[in-house]
Amino acid sequence: MRIDGKGRIDRTRPVTFTFDGKAYPAYRGDTLASALIANDVRLVGRSFKYHRPRGILTAGSEEPNALVEIVGPANVTPNTRATVQEVFEGLVARSQNRWPSLGLDLMAVNDLAAPFFSAGFYYKTFMWPRRFWEGLYEPMIRRAAGLGRLSGRHDEGVYEKAWAHCDLLVIGSGPAGLMAALAAGRAGADVILADEGAEPGGRLLSDGDAPAWLGEVLAELESLPNVRVMTRTTVTGAYDDGTFGALERVGLHRRPRPNLPRECFWRIVARRSILAAGALERPIAFQNNDRPGIMMAGALSAYLNRYGVVPGKAITLFANNDGARQTARGLMAAGLTVSAIIDSREDAPDEPGTTVHKGAVVIDAKGRHGLTEITVRKGAGEFRIATDCLGLSGGWNPSVHLTCHLNGRPRWSDDLAAFVPSEGAVPGMVAAGAANGSFSTHGCLAAGLAAAAQSLAALGMTVPEVALPAAEDAPYRLSPLWAVPGRKRAWLDFANDVTVKDVALSAQEGYRSVEHMKRYTTQGMAPDQGKNSNVAALAVLADATGRGIAETGTTTFRPPYTPVSIAAMGAGGRAEGFAPQRFLTSDQASRDRGAPMIEAGLWYRPGYFPKPGETTWRQACDREVVMVRSSVGVTDVSTLGKIDIQGKDAGRFLDLVYTNTFSTLPVGRARYGLMLREDGHVLDDGTTARLAEDHWLMTTTTAAAGLVMRHLDFVQQAFCAGWDVRFISVTEAWAQFAVAGPVARDLIASALGHTPGLPFMGCMDVTIQGVAGRLFRISFSGEEGYEIAVPTRFGEALFRDLTARAETMGGGLYGMEALNVLRIEKGFITHAEIHGRTTAFDIGMDKMISPKKDCIGKAAAARPGMTGPEREQLVGLKPLTDSALTAGAHLFAQGADLTRENSSGYVTSVGYSPTLGSFLALGFLRNGRARQGETIRLVDRLRGVDVLCLVTDPVFHDPTGEKLRA
Amino acid sequence: MRLTCPHCGPRDRREFYYYGASEYLNRPGPEAAPDAWDSYLHLRDNPAGVTQDLWYHEQGCTAWLKVTRNTVTHEILAVEAVAGGTK
Repeated sequence: MRIDGKGRIDRTRPVTFTFDGKAYPAYRGDTLASALIANDVRLVGRSFKYHRPRGILTAGSEEPNALVEIVGPANVTPNTRATVQEVFEGLVARSQNRWPSLGLDLMAVNDLAAPFFSAGFYYKTFMWPRRFWEGLYEPMIRRAAGLGRLSGRHDEGVYEKAWAHCDLLVIGSGPAGLMAALAAGRAGADVILADEGAEPGGRLLSDGDAPAWLGEVLAELESLPNVRVMTRTTVTGAYDDGTFGALERVGLHRRPRPNLPRECFWRIVARRSILAAGALERPIAFQNNDRPGIMMAGALSAYLNRYGVVPGKAITLFANNDGARQTARGLMAAGLTVSAIIDSREDAPDEPGTTVHKGAVVIDAKGRHGLTEITVRKGAGEFRIATDCLGLSGGWNPSVHLTCHLNGRPRWSDDLAAFVPSEGAVPGMVAAGAANGSFSTHGCLAAGLAAAAQSLAALGMTVPEVALPAAEDAPYRLSPLWAVPGRKRAWLDFANDVTVKDVALSAQEGYRSVEHMKRYTTQGMAPDQGKNSNVAALAVLADATGRGIAETGTTTFRPPYTPVSIAAMGAGGRAEGFAPQRFLTSDQASRDRGAPMIEAGLWYRPGYFPKPGETTWRQACDREVVMVRSSVGVTDVSTLGKIDIQGKDAGRFLDLVYTNTFSTLPVGRARYGLMLREDGHVLDDGTTARLAEDHWLMTTTTAAAGLVMRHLDFVQQAFCAGWDVRFISVTEAWAQFAVAGPVARDLIASALGHTPGLPFMGCMDVTIQGVAGRLFRISFSGEEGYEIAVPTRFGEALFRDLTARAETMGGGLYGMEALNVLRIEKGFITHAEIHGRTTAFDIGMDKMISPKKDCIGKAAAARPGMTGPEREQLVGLKPLTDSALTAGAHLFAQGADLTRENSSGYVTSVGYSPTLGSFLALGFLRNGRARQGETIRLVDRLRGVDVLCLVTDPVFHDPTGEKLRA
Repeated sequence: MRLTCPHCGPRDRREFYYYGASEYLNRPGPEAAPDAWDSYLHLRDNPAGVTQDLWYHEQGCTAWLKVTRNTVTHEILAVEAVAGGTK
C-alpha cells in the first residue's frame, strides 16, 4: 500500500504497467517491486525446486525471489529482478516457473514430495536404471525446475560496449562513496563514481529522509568537470591491472525505442579504486521463513523511504541486532503499526511505541500465499502474533565480492560476525564504509574520506579540505543468530531452495568442505550467487562439523557481481558486426554483374560471373576456365598481401625468411619464394619483385597476409634489428588485377598503348592512361599472365576498363571458382595444401631450400621425420571413370579395409576441369611421388563418394610451362 | 590485463598477440646440434612464478615485446622491446 508524503517517486507522473496480464497503476521512480507492493501484490514468483509461493525479500540487486520475465517488442528478458527493474508506461512483466498460473501452480506438488528432493536427490534417486537418465529423468527435472524461459528468437535489442579511463573509480555512492568522490573531485582527480541505483545516495535514500547535505554534495559533484557520476551502473568485476567491468542499464527503465540501447557494458581502467559498495542484510533461518510477506528489515525501510510503500498493515520485526530498530522507528513515524519486535537478545533494549519480546525467536510462519501469523518462542512458552509482514534482520554482510575477484580471501571478524575484505586483495583498491565493516553513517563518511586520502596520496595528489556532515554514529550491537532450530524446513538459499537440513545432511554425508557442500546442495549457485545466504550456510556447516566459521572458510566470489547479459558483453558483435568486412575496389562492379560474393578471410570476392541462360555455378565456372585458356580473363587479385620492403639489407633479409635466394635477383625481376616456419613447416608462398636496388615488393597469400607480417616483424626485430631494412604492409594501397590468357598481351598493349617487352617473371613501372602503376608478368593460371597494379583510388576505373577491353577480345571476367580450377589444373598450391602440417619436401619443393645459406626453418626441415617415404606427398588424382571427387576424402590402397589406420592420404582440393574433361584433385599420399601411375581408392563416406583414381603428377596441364613463358 | 608498451604506453591486452616463451629469441646457429634445435623449438618450462614471454603489439606499433611477469600474482614486472631502442 502507498503511504502519503513518503518516497522519492514522482507523483505527478503516473504510469500503468501489467503483471501477469493485469494492469496496475504506479509512478515514475517506482521499481516493479515497489509498484507491486503499492498494489498489494504479495505473491510474485515460485521457487526453483519446490515451486513454493514467494514474495519480495529485498529492495536491491541481491533479490533471490522476485524474478520475472520482461516482455519487450523485440525480446523477452527472463530472470529480471523486480527490485531492479524500474517501471515505465506500458511495462509488461510476467511471473515465471509456474504452471498453469502463479496462484495455482500444479508443480507445487514438488513441495509435498520434498522429502525426496533433499540435497543430492538427483544423484541418489535418478541413477537407476541408467538408460532412463537421458530420455526421462533429465527432461523431467528440466521441465519441473527452473527459472524464466528464453524466447528462442534472436535478441533484436540494441546493446553497447564502451571503455572509460580514470584516476579513481569509486564503487558505490552511499555516504562513504560520496565523501571519497567529493574529496578526490576537489583534489582534481579524474573520478568515476558508479552506483547501481537510479539515483546516487545509496543508504542515505533508504534509511530515512535524505539529509539536506546530500543535495549539496551531488550538486558539487555534478559541477566538477573531472567527476563522472554513472548511475544504474553496476561494477560487476575486478580484473588485472586496474581493469573493471561494469554494466549500465541505459534504456531498461524506459519505453523501448529503436535506437535506445538497452544496456552498455563498460570496461573501466582505473589507477586506483575505492570499494564503497555497502553491505547486504542477511535473513534468519526458521521454519517456513520463505512465506510471501517476510522481507528484510532494511528493505522495509527502503520501500517506505524511497518509494512510499509498505507491504503490510500489522508489521512485526525479528532481529538479532539494533539496526532493525531504525526500521521500526521509521515505520511508526510514518503512522504505521509495528505490532512487535522479536529480538533474540536477552539484553535487548526497549523500544517506545511497540512491544519488544526479548530473548525470543520466531519459530514458524503461516500463510501459504501471504503471511498471516507467526509463532514466537520465548523461554519455554510459545505464542502467536497475527501479522501480514515480518521484517528480518540477522545482521549485515559487507559487500566484499569485488575484493575476491583476484583470488583474495576475505577475513572473518568475530566482532561483526561477518567477513570483511582483506587489505590489498585487489592492488590499488581500498575498501571503505559498510563494505569494510563500518556500519554507522558517520563511520562511513569518515572512512570514505580516509580512503580518498589514501588513494590521492598514491596518485601523488594533495588531499583537500572536506568537512564531514553530522550523522548518526550508533554502535552496531549484534548477537549472532543464523538458524532457529525446528522440525520442518528452514530456508537458507531462497533462490535455489536450499534449507538448513540440506546443509546439515551434506556434512553428515561427508561433504564437510565448504566447496563440497556448495556443490552438493547447490547453495549459492543461483542467480543471486548466495548474496543473501552464503554466510548463514557457512555458519550452519560450521556448527554441523563442530568447527568455527573462520576455520570453515568461505567459497570464492567470482565475477560478475550481478548477472550480465551476453548481449551486452558481445555488443556490436552480431551479424555484420561479427567481423570486419573488406571490400575490393571492384566490389560494386562485380555485384553489378550479378556475381555472388564469397568470403575469403575478411574479404569478399566474386565467385563467378553468371551469363544469361546459365542456371548453375558450374556452367559459369566452366565457361570462365575455357575463356582464360582460349582468349583472356580478368580478375581482381588485390586481396593478396603486399609488403613494401626497403633498405640496403633487404635482399639479405629476404634470404633469411625465404628458403631460396633473393639477394641475387636482378632489378626488374620477380621470383617465386617459399617461406617456412622455424619448425620446418611451410608458412606461406608468393612472388617477390625487386623494384629497385634497395626496394622490393613481397606478395603473400590472401589467407596468410597478417601471419607473414607478424613473422617478418619477429624475425627482423629478434634476429636482425641492426640491419638496414624496413617494411610496411601496402595491401590496401594498391589495386591489382590479373590478366591471363593467350591474348593477355594484346589486352595489356591496348590498355597501355604499347606492347610491354616484359619477359616471364619480369616487372616494370608503367603509366596507364596517365596513372603511374606497376606491371608484373606472373601467372597463377598457367597461361601467359600479367598483373597490373594502380593506387587503390584508380582501382575501380581500371577494373571496368580492363573488363570492357577483354570483352571486345572475346574474353571477360572470371571469379574465384574458375581461378581455383585453373590453379588445380596447373598443380599450384594454396593454403588448402600448405595448411600448416606440410613441409617443403611434402609439396615437392625441398630443392628450393638453398644449401648455400641459412634460412628460417632450414635446420628443422632437415630433422628426421620431416622428409622421406613415410611422408604424405603432394600428388594429382584423376578419376578412372567420369565421377565427381570431393575434398576431404581419404585415400586407400585397393583392397585395403576402410579403417582409419589404413588411410594413406587425403584430398585437399578438387575441381572439374573443362580443359581435361574430368574432375581433378590435389591431395597428399604417403610416398606419393613414387606411386604415380598407381590406382588408388578415394573414399568420402560422409558424402557417399567411392572412386578409383589414377595417381599423377600434380601438374595436369602444360607440364613444361610453354604457355607461361610464351 | 594491461601491458605498458615502451612506445605506446599502457594498453589493454586485446591490442597484443601472445606468441610464447622468450626462449624463441635464442635461436641456435645453423650448425647447432639437433638437440639444441629440439630444445629451442619444443622444450618449455611451465613456471608458477616469474616467466618471460613474447607479445606482439599487433594493434599498435607492431613492436615485439619481452614481458616479464608473474604467473601466480599476474604482476607485470617489466616490458622491453625485443629490438631494444633501434625500432
